[in-house]
Parts: sequence; C-alpha cells; structure tokens
Amino acid sequence: MKTPSQTVGPYYSIGLERRAENELDSDGIELSGTLLDGRGEPIADGLVEAWDPAGRRWGRCGTEDGGRFTFRVPRDAGHLEVAVFARGLLRHQLTRVYLKADGVPPGHETLLAEHEGGGLRFDIRMQGENATLFFAH
Amino acid sequence: MSSDPYEGPVVLPDDESLGPEVQIDYPGYRSTQWRAPKRPLVTLPEELHSLDGPVFGEDMLNALDNDLTRQHDGEPLGERIVVHGRVVDEDGRAVRGALVEVWQANAAGRYKHEVDQHPAPLDPNFSGAGRCLTDDEGRYRFVTVKPGSYPWGNHENAWRPAHIHFSVFGRLFMQRLVTQMYFPGDPLFAYDPIFNSVRDPRSRALLVSRFDLSETQPAWALAYEWDVVLGRGGPGTTPVEETP
Repeated sequence: MKTPSQTVGPYYSIGLERRAENELDSDGIELSGTLLDGRGEPIADGLVEAWDPAGRRWGRCGTEDGGRFTFRVPRDAGHLEVAVFARGLLRHQLTRVYLKADGVPPGHETLLAEHEGGGLRFDIRMQGENATLFFAH
Repeated sequence: MSSDPYEGPVVLPDDESLGPEVQIDYPGYRSTQWRAPKRPLVTLPEELHSLDGPVFGEDMLNALDNDLTRQHDGEPLGERIVVHGRVVDEDGRAVRGALVEVWQANAAGRYKHEVDQHPAPLDPNFSGAGRCLTDDEGRYRFVTVKPGSYPWGNHENAWRPAHIHFSVFGRLFMQRLVTQMYFPGDPLFAYDPIFNSVRDPRSRALLVSRFDLSETQPAWALAYEWDVVLGRGGPGTTPVEETP
C-alpha cells in the first residue's frame, strides 16, 4: 500500500518556490495561463509543474500572481505533462498541454495551447462547462 | 454564484471499500468545493505509466538544507527532532536520488508566510523549509523542530494536527507525491478533514510517523521515523533498481 496524497496547502511556496524554476528552456517560447476554480475565479495559491518527456526538461511555477503561471518551454516540444497542486486539491491533478496542432490524439483537442502575442496560452479550469480534461490516476 | 454553506459532517466515517487513495471530493474540507474536479477523469495516456520523471542532482542543494535548525544565526525555539526514513516503492525497493522537500510551521504553529495570520509568534531563527536527496538505500534525514498545531478557518474551532509537508519526486513521473507527515497519537486526528480524507484507516496510518528511540539522540533530540511508499507506476513500469 502506498503513502496517500495530502493537499499541498496554502503555504507550499516556503518549501517549493525557494527559487524560480519556470524555465524549461531559457531560449524557449513563453507558455502562460491562469488557473481557475469552478466559479471562474483565479486560484492564487496553486502550483503548476511542467515536464517535457522528450527533452527531459522540468519546471514549476506558483500562481500567486492572480492565478497566473508562466513557463519558458522548448520550441520543439510536442507536448508537456502538467501536474496541478493547490489548497483544496487533496491530490494533484494531471493534464497535458500540446504545443503544436499536429499530433494531438483524438479526445485531447481541448488541450492544445493557443497562440497569443508571441507566446502560447493555456488556461487550466478545475471545474465547469469548459473544465480542463484531467487524467485518472 | 455564491458558495453554499456546507452543513454536513466535517469528518466522514471510515470506508475501506473506497480504496486506499485520498478522496478528492471530500466536502468536509471546504476548499475542495470549487477546486476538486467534478467530471469523471479521462483515461491516463498509456505511456505515462512507464514515463521517467525529472532527476535532480546535488547542485540543487546547499549544505544545511536538511538541517532546519541551522539556517540562521541562532537556534529556533521548540522541541528539536530528527525526522528520518526511506523512500521506497510498493515492492519495498529503495528509490535512490529522490528529491525530498519539506516545509512546516514553527514550534508555535505559525508559518513564515504572509497569508498565515495566526496570532502566534514567528521565530527569526526558523524558516521551516528543507530539502535533501535520498541515498543509495533510499534514506532521507532532516533535523528540525516539532511543528505546532494551528487553527484554520475550515469550520468552527478547527485545528490542524501537527504535520510536516513532504514533496517527493520518485524515479517515475507517476511516482510524484505531495503529502503530509503526522506525529503519533495526535489528539486532533479525529477532527481533521484533511487527514480523514483518506477513508481507509490502514492507508491513513501510513501518514503517521513512528517515535524512534533507537535514533533518538541522548540529551539532544527525539527521533521520528517515517517511510514514504511510492506507487509502482502501473503496468509496463521499468522496475526501480534494487539496492545492491
């Protein structure tokens, strides 16, 4: 039997944001978005982790800035695995963001990042009609 | 849309039939209401079962990162303790090189965080953060002070049992774990919705450390032992290397 999960709580930044770690690739493209609750309000005490499985590059970003998270991600990455942590989430949630339209598998169309300015945008909605697709785990 | 007041019980009864994992839709923990996903989760992409996770090196660490009592000019107030254990997988195999990060309240039950307004003193000699990498046998070790219990706004007269937050990166992406370690015999266990969101009591017991006299340092610090058990990562997993 494995150790069960517990919420990251509101004070995770003490331990998990001791320095900026949101650049998977310092020459990469900006990927940003807002973490939103079921009322459409920003979650300003969440933590988003991104993992580029092909390039083995990892980053994380807290959402203290009005629910907003920002990464600099490899331009050549096909997709990133995304984990979401927050107060009120007893277990982290897994999703994915695709950076390019080609290669998005059926059913994952809503996980494609949008072009915005010179970067990419991907909002994460925990609940509601347009809720982000999360994976069972 | 306003938040409906929740009138139900803060703690739901034990139920082993729900399985060992935490219940993310646990209404007694009020913050879940607008944050926990309500839709059925979709199938995990097959390749995630065996996907490697990030690997961290010694360059992540400073020399005193695993001693929370020596990060300032003076020593923090409170009961000095050693917290140690192993990171293993469900087959008992050591997970070596796992990044273990911890954060906690000080001995008075106050976090060094602007959001925490509990009227208990901050300790200028305590930041409450540590990190280390597990050794070849999966072992980690921290020196810290025992965190205090503290009130929170979840319900009338709500107090969290004393706990240390743990974040662990295993070998596999699916072995990622963020959890909380508790201390044996805490009188607040029965009243805490976060602890009880794990409704299988056998699984919940894995969140509680063990007092460890053998590692207790004479005339210096009590010791608590707590192992972190990560999942296998599912079918198709590459086995984690065994300790030689």
